[in-house]
This record gives sequence, structure tokens and C-alpha cells, in this order.
Amino acid sequence: MHIVVCIKQVPDTKNVRIDPDTHTLVRQGVECIINPFDLFAVEAALKIKDESDAKITVMTMGPPQAEEALRDVLSRGVDEAILLSDRAFAGADTWATSITLSAAVRKLGDVDLVFCGKQAVDGDTAQVGPEVATLLDIPYATFVKKIERLDEKFLKVTRQTDEGTEVWKLPTPTLVTVIKEVGEPRLPSLRHKMRAKKAQIPVWGITELGLDANDVGLCGSFTQVVRVFSPPRRTDQVIIEGSIEEQVEQLYSYLKEAKVPGI
Amino acid sequence: MNYFLTEEQQMIRELAAQIAKEKVKPVRAQLDEQEEFPWDIMKILAQADLFGLYIPEEYGGMGGGIFENCLAIEQLAQACIGVATTFAASGLGAYPILLYGNDAQKEQYLPDIAAGKRLAAFGLTESGAGSDVSGIKTTAVRDGDHYILNGTKQWITNGGEAEIYSVLALTDRTKGPRGASFFIVEKGDPGFSFGKKEKKLGIRASATRELIFQDCRIPKDRLIGREGIGFINAMKTFDKSRPGIAALGVGLSQGALDLAAEYARQREQFGKPIIAFQAIQHKLANMATKTEASRALLYSVARHMDTEPPDASKLAAMVKVFSGDVAMEVATDAVQILGGYGYMQDYPVEKMMRDAKILQIYEGTNEIQRNIIGQELNKEYSRIKETFF
Repeated sequence: MHIVVCIKQVPDTKNVRIDPDTHTLVRQGVECIINPFDLFAVEAALKIKDESDAKITVMTMGPPQAEEALRDVLSRGVDEAILLSDRAFAGADTWATSITLSAAVRKLGDVDLVFCGKQAVDGDTAQVGPEVATLLDIPYATFVKKIERLDEKFLKVTRQTDEGTEVWKLPTPTLVTVIKEVGEPRLPSLRHKMRAKKAQIPVWGITELGLDANDVGLCGSFTQVVRVFSPPRRTDQVIIEGSIEEQVEQLYSYLKEAKVPGI
Repeated sequence: MNYFLTEEQQMIRELAAQIAKEKVKPVRAQLDEQEEFPWDIMKILAQADLFGLYIPEEYGGMGGGIFENCLAIEQLAQACIGVATTFAASGLGAYPILLYGNDAQKEQYLPDIAAGKRLAAFGLTESGAGSDVSGIKTTAVRDGDHYILNGTKQWITNGGEAEIYSVLALTDRTKGPRGASFFIVEKGDPGFSFGKKEKKLGIRASATRELIFQDCRIPKDRLIGREGIGFINAMKTFDKSRPGIAALGVGLSQGALDLAAEYARQREQFGKPIIAFQAIQHKLANMATKTEASRALLYSVARHMDTEPPDASKLAAMVKVFSGDVAMEVATDAVQILGGYGYMQDYPVEKMMRDAKILQIYEGTNEIQRNIIGQELNKEYSRIKETFF
């Protein structure tokens, strides 16, 4: 079984900056971490590899510094890594990103399963996974917390939705986006860390992927960020509990404290 | 400070530090409070390949030595020496096999120990034999293709949790120390059971139990090396393992120093942070100086030990005694700097102080270490013919 995991480097939430002109996140020179949900995707893939014969390839689209994220994941036991990097990829929205990622999966060819995190913590769109699946014309399941291999052809996945739990039977090849319930990401091992340090990571650009510069990056993006702003902070909510009398008493004292006229 | 570590040694350090920070630190107070054996962390250390650092590659290890093992122990010890002791004690149990075991024994036991699949433990101490190893009473009597063990080992780290035990027993009572031999005993062997888990002042995450042998029958090929070399094996094992105890001390000292310095910068009294007072500065200065001295001695000795030197016993004792004393002192000073807060369980320094005490006691008390150093000096100077006067 060949598993591909798509990961993304995101700015460490401690120091996020927005480009005043493009309204996109400034990634260069900002300390980056691997999107936490993508580490769960890596863990989901490694769990399958623990139990059966599987090869895991991790890929990311990003600037040259994204190689660091790939080495981190290699040190946790992933077999191979590919960096999708090209000046033409810059400024991509989810669609242009998905065009690039799906082209890379197609180039690999023999892929049975693609894992993504449920969403990235910077954009929070949760679109790339389903878009990649759509472009590859394969089925997908989102918000998955458990994956089992039924046989060569089928997976059993358990989805966690707001309404409840759904169990699906999915034919491969397929794409699955995962939530944190798949399991705590494992730490690196010394052997894998040593291998990761030495690993040659191929870099694929538009030439290698056979893509047109107009279809990727900012040029290939259908959406544009017009304005980025912080929504007004919601004021604190308090839930009052107890008997009706107690609740009224408490409400009264809150209103009094807030100096509401007439109380 | 640059200790000129190789790339691989730096990776070991990084990895162990990551585990200490992400997996040990958040649970150390709970493990201590509940005296809980850190199985989850042992599994993480196993998966990280750290159990095999000092074991040759042909037996599934990483092919490093004492130094590499000490680097990992030091980092784990910064977070909790209860956890780090559990890890290091598996090495202590493995060394008698590594040093004097035959190929079949090495092939059978070392790969599992290196992979962290099975923990090892070392059984020497008895109620009447601690510092005086020659006082052991446990016997092993040959009976055809078997040995039959009788006796009780006391205060055995990883006792009850480990699956592989290197146990010292007398095969010939008349020969004293020369009649002692090491055996491999496995959890589940007939006649082998465990006493209750001991309640301790510190390192409460580590398990300490009695090993009870009542007509414990084991195949004769569990004898390590040959009969009569048990005492030598024990001493050689300690030469290998004592730097590891020193690494626990260095890590604990660094952990306590870090907390004390951070606290001293934040805590304000008389209108300024207490680090502005010389009384605190001098304490921190001494703590930092001694911690670095302890690390420098450890790294030099551990590297030297990996060259199989003739003066191993003296140096192993020196590094153990120094770093243990430093750790006790630094942890005590850290509690003093944190004052009332330091005495409370809300801060980790009281645990460090309780934990540190064991470093001066186990794996040969610091008094015994000084005896060894003194005896070795006496031998060394007896060989020198020139006069210094």
C-alpha cells in the first residue's frame, strides 16, 4: 500500500504577521511549525504502516525552508519526502494548492491512500483535502478519527461530525482527512532521525509536475484576500446556574455590578 | 559550552531532550505522587531507539558507548530522575550479559533489551549485603542441567516490572567473593517471585522490589560466563554504569538550576527581583559552576571509559561521587532560593531535593566510592618509584 500524506508548514501562532499589500500571511523569516492536524495525518499513516506493509510518502508545497518540516516527518518514520517548490506556486489559494498537490500525487502514480489533516490552523478552510480528492476523481472522507484496512480494496473509516459518528466503507484509492482522535503523533526515533538528516529530498516545480504557471500560485487562484481584519471580541459569557431564585439573585447582582440604570 | 559532540551525539541529546520536555515533564509530579511506573514513557523511549545506545549493532543496538548513553540519561534526568533511573537500570541489568555473556546469551537477550521490548534489572543487594558485597547469602546449586536458586534480593530497581534479571548468587560458599556467579533469571521462572513495592523518599516513579527465589530452577546455560567470576563481573558492571548515575546527577543539577534561576528573576522582594541580591547571585553562581564542573567531568570520564582504560574503577567512582554530591547541594540550594514555595509540592524543586538524595546512596554509596578512589590511589602511588619530596 502506498500512502501519501500532505503536510503544511504554518507560522507558529505566537508570531503571525500579515502582508499589508496582499493580505496574505508572511511566511518568510517567521518561525514555522508543522500544522498540528497534519501531524495527526502522519500518525494515521504510520499506524497503518505499523500493522501492515505500507510505504509512506510525505509531500508539502512551500518555500525551500519547508524542507525542515519534511525532515521532521521523516525522523518520525515516514519513508520518503517530496518538496513541491517553485516561485510560480507563491500566493496560492486552496484551489491552486490542490492543483499542485493533486498533480504531484498523479505523478507518483501508484497511490492507494492520501491523508491530510482536517484543516490548517492558519487558513482554517478545510478545503484542500476535498479539493485534491475531487481533482484526482477519488472518493474522500473528512473528519475521520479511525481508519481500518478491511482488505486490499476497502477501508473502514469512522467520521466524527457535529451530528454524531458515521462509519463508512471506502474503496481505494481514496483520500481521508483526520482529526486529533486518530492518536497522539509519535516522536522521532534515533535511527529515523539519522536517516532524515542524510535524506535527499527531491524538489518538484511546474516543470516536473507538467503544470502551467497560469494554473498555479497567485495566477491560478480564484479567490483573493480583499481585507483581513480581527473580528470584534465577543464579550464574556456567564452561565448562571441554580434554582430560579438563586439565578435571579445572581443576575441581579451582575446587573448591579455593571451599573445598569434603574437597578 | 561546546563539548564537541558528533552529529549523532547531538541528535541523541536533542531527541532525549524532546522526550523529557514533551513527555516526562508534564507527568512527573503525577508519577511521583502516585508512585506510578512510567510504562508509557518507557514505550516512547523504546520507539525512539534509546534503549540500545550502548549495545553493539550486531545485537540490535545503536553501537554507541557509555558516553552516548549518558547523554540520553542526562537529558531525561533534567525532567525526572525517577523516570531516568528506570531507563538507566535496564542498562545496569544488561551489562553483566554484555560483558561476560556468551554469544548465545547475547543473541537471546540483548536485542530485546536494545529494542526496549523487555526491561532488564540487576540483582545484587541483600538485607545483609549492600556496601559489603561479599555478605551475600543467595545461593545457586547445580542440579544436573539446572541451577537452583535460593535467597532474597532487596531494593531491586525495576523489580517486578523488568523481565530479564542479572542476579548474583553464591555457587561456592567456601570461596567467599570468588565463589559468586551471575545468572540470568526471567520473570515467570518457577520459584521466582517479588516482594511488595517499596515506598521511597524520592524517585517514586521507579519501582523497587524484593526478588524472592524459592527453589527457583533455571537451565544451566543461564550462568553468565563461568562460575566464580560474578564478583569481577559486578565490579566491571559498576565501572560501566556509574557514569550513568553521574549523568542523572548532572541532569538533575541542571534542572534545579534552571528552575532556581528563572524563579529568582521573577520573584520580587524589597522592590526588586531577588536575583539582584548578592546572596542569591552567589548561590546561583555556585550552583552553575558546580553543575558545569560536574558535566565536564562526566563527559571527559564517559569518553575515556569508552576506550576501555585500566583506571576505570577510580574514574567511575570519582564521577559518581562528585555529581551526586553536587546534585544534592544544587537541589537543596534551589529549594532555598524558592523559599516557602520551594518547600511546597506546587513547584518541582522539592521533588528534585528528595530525588537527589538517592544519588549519594545507590549503585555504591558515596562513602564506598571514596574508599575505591582511596584504594586505587594507594595502588597507583605504590607503583611510582620517584619521590615528590
